[in-house]
Amino acid sequence: MEEQSLKINNPIKKEPLWQKSLTLINNWGTVIAIIALLVFFAVSIPEFMSSSNIINIMRSISIVTIIAIGLTVSLTVNGFDLSIGSTATLANSLVVSFFVWFSLPTGVSIALALFLALGVALFNAFLIVKIKIPDLFATLATMFIIEGVAMTYTGGGSISVGMPRLDGTPTTGTIPPLFSLLSQTPYIIILMLIVVAAVYFFLKHTKHGRYLYMIGGNIEASRLSGIPVNRYRTLAYIISAFLAALGGVVLASQIGSAQINAGGGYLMPAVAAAFIGSSFAGQGKPNAIGTLVGATLIGVLENGLVMMSVPYYSLNIIKGAVLALALASTYYTRRKN
Amino acid sequence: MTTLDMKDISIEFPGVKALQNVDFSMNAGEIRALIGANGAGKSTLMKVLSGAYTHYTGKVFLDDQPIDIQSPRDAKDYGIDIVYQEVDTALIPYLDVAENIMLDEMVNNMSGKALVSWKNLHKKAEETLTRLNVQIDTRKRVNQLSLAEKQLVLIARAIVHERKFLILDEPTAPLSNRETTELFRIVRELSHNQGLGIIFISHRLPELFEICETISIMKDGKMITTESLANMTQQQVVELMLGKRFNEEHQKHQVPIGETLLKINKLSDEAQFLKDVSLDVRQHEIVGIAGLVGAGKTELCKAIFGENPLKDGQVFLKDKLVRNSSPTHAVKNGFALVPEERRKEGVLVDEPVYANLTAASLKKFSLPFAILKPERERERARKIISTLGIKTPSENQKVSLLSGGNQQKVAVGKWLLTDAEILIFDEPTKGVDVGAKGDIFDLITSLAEEGKGIIYASSELNEILNITDRIYVMYDGEIVKELLTKDTNEEEILFYSTGGR
Repeated sequence: MEEQSLKINNPIKKEPLWQKSLTLINNWGTVIAIIALLVFFAVSIPEFMSSSNIINIMRSISIVTIIAIGLTVSLTVNGFDLSIGSTATLANSLVVSFFVWFSLPTGVSIALALFLALGVALFNAFLIVKIKIPDLFATLATMFIIEGVAMTYTGGGSISVGMPRLDGTPTTGTIPPLFSLLSQTPYIIILMLIVVAAVYFFLKHTKHGRYLYMIGGNIEASRLSGIPVNRYRTLAYIISAFLAALGGVVLASQIGSAQINAGGGYLMPAVAAAFIGSSFAGQGKPNAIGTLVGATLIGVLENGLVMMSVPYYSLNIIKGAVLALALASTYYTRRKN
Repeated sequence: MTTLDMKDISIEFPGVKALQNVDFSMNAGEIRALIGANGAGKSTLMKVLSGAYTHYTGKVFLDDQPIDIQSPRDAKDYGIDIVYQEVDTALIPYLDVAENIMLDEMVNNMSGKALVSWKNLHKKAEETLTRLNVQIDTRKRVNQLSLAEKQLVLIARAIVHERKFLILDEPTAPLSNRETTELFRIVRELSHNQGLGIIFISHRLPELFEICETISIMKDGKMITTESLANMTQQQVVELMLGKRFNEEHQKHQVPIGETLLKINKLSDEAQFLKDVSLDVRQHEIVGIAGLVGAGKTELCKAIFGENPLKDGQVFLKDKLVRNSSPTHAVKNGFALVPEERRKEGVLVDEPVYANLTAASLKKFSLPFAILKPERERERARKIISTLGIKTPSENQKVSLLSGGNQQKVAVGKWLLTDAEILIFDEPTKGVDVGAKGDIFDLITSLAEEGKGIIYASSELNEILNITDRIYVMYDGEIVKELLTKDTNEEEILFYSTGGR
């Protein structure tokens, strides 16, 4: 007994050097990779480091980052929101339809689109918290349902200025210039940074953020500490859907129309960004700054590769590989603990 | 007649001599009870016999021939099999009854064959069930069966092949009275008509007297005695389980007991485990809940704390009806629970010590808009670390790096920052070293002195006798006896917790 407790009291084993360096790579790998990529692209492509290209990269990662930050919040409670892409599509369709079909004012249109998208969150929370379907499967179902809802709403096609409604009535609504400004630099970048900063503060410095991480770490112990875990899990999905919808609205501003499954393409890079972010700086848990860094890594990679004339249809191979690496890093760390 | 002899069996685990020179022998056709207090070594002995532990010393003889059991497969080849208590871990829920009964057969005896003959499979499974004289549709999926039926499937699996000895590890624990009667019929059938030797492990003494012919009693890794049950009484068995009685002085604190703080009236839970549990706790009082593993202590603690939903009954705190519909409500109402499964339920192992200590009282460390004041948190955490003597380099250390005893102190410490009036401790000394155990006892005692009401649930009788003022004994989800600590002893508690009346 005596010996046992002595052993337990001194649990910190000396790590071998190779393991130490592996941990180091694990913790700072994202940053190292970004720097290595920057150097590589800067050397091989002369115009890569131009200020216009840098701004271009930042603009291109804005929507992914906003959506990925939402996913990050769902990850904190050890959840997973696969429906973010569809939610973005839905918000995209809604906001454009409000402008084109109903000629609603800018503020009202945006607010209404964001508000309606929260229905997705409530549906997710119902499946996960009440029916107790595992997060991944529940949101997989939601993903298809919402994709279908958005398509049904737009009649299986796109909506753009001048197109008649589904019943054939001509429309007079236009996309207001103020709304188009949302996706222009610097506003889109500022919006992204505000989202990152707000969620960073929320997760790191408020009681609610602490609770979310606790629930993600051990739901049973959290419940028995008196934390209302179901309410907080619902909150996580609400934030996730809200930010996905915000991403969809910004997307609408960028493309000026509603396209079929426009948001679907953001799911994979968002997942990759959030998982790359988890291992950032040895945090070991999903966090807002890390997700921004992760999105940057993907953005730099994508931009550089396109400039090096890698065809767009091959990009997914590389993005998928980066995701696999990020997951490997996350789960390798977890297994070691 | 086949005989089984285990001679001079010893086995060691790091730091513990689990079995010391144990002899055990019996004949086929006999029903033998094997009994002992928690940690007496009965499960270990049976694991040696069934091939789960192989690093023992000593010899096993079958019909006076030495046999070498190195794996469960060896044991089965010699005709020895065990049915463990957790039926659900041994069954594959989405396969049908026949497939589950014939599982060993399909896994072990099909090398070289690739095709399953469903006709044969069902025929053989049915034959086995007929031998047990039970009727279960072999095409039914196992997850549609009742617990009792699942257990029968496991017993059937064990006797697909000729068996000489069958070990049943607490087989009646999850069964109702009627199901138990049915099981006994089957056990008698196997033993009397088919000549199997049955080793029956159970904590329930009345059952053992009903079904078994002989009894082997173990204590602290040693075999105490083997006798015919006809010559014994329950009282004698209890005394032998505990060994010579030590006259331990109760290290009781001297505080006058105050007003009634908590009153629980006819509580029953939705899982239908608890039956009309009534109890009360007064100010300055430590109330013990005694009972064996599986008696319902944990279920009671969780039911009071709102984690397990109630079916019926009322909880009054200071004469006011309170409804703990979830742990969140319970904490708000002034309850606290230190759960049994520390690492799973008590602490957040990946969080630092300070975040664990403030987990239940974060509101006190928040500014408006729920913004945290981490410096204030750390300061209060440091205070608790020093009052409780938690051994940690700093308040920022991850809890997973602390020893079991210190983790438990953290699990207790988190409630010191709340305004809890009723503190419920469920096996708080499980896996805790002696020093930390003393600290936790001191802490609980001082909480009572402050005027809190304490519920202390444990299957460790000496702890209950040491620390409590009053004891409720649980058996099978019911409170069967209320005892004053100063007027009772281990024998009496054990007598009631094994179903004595």
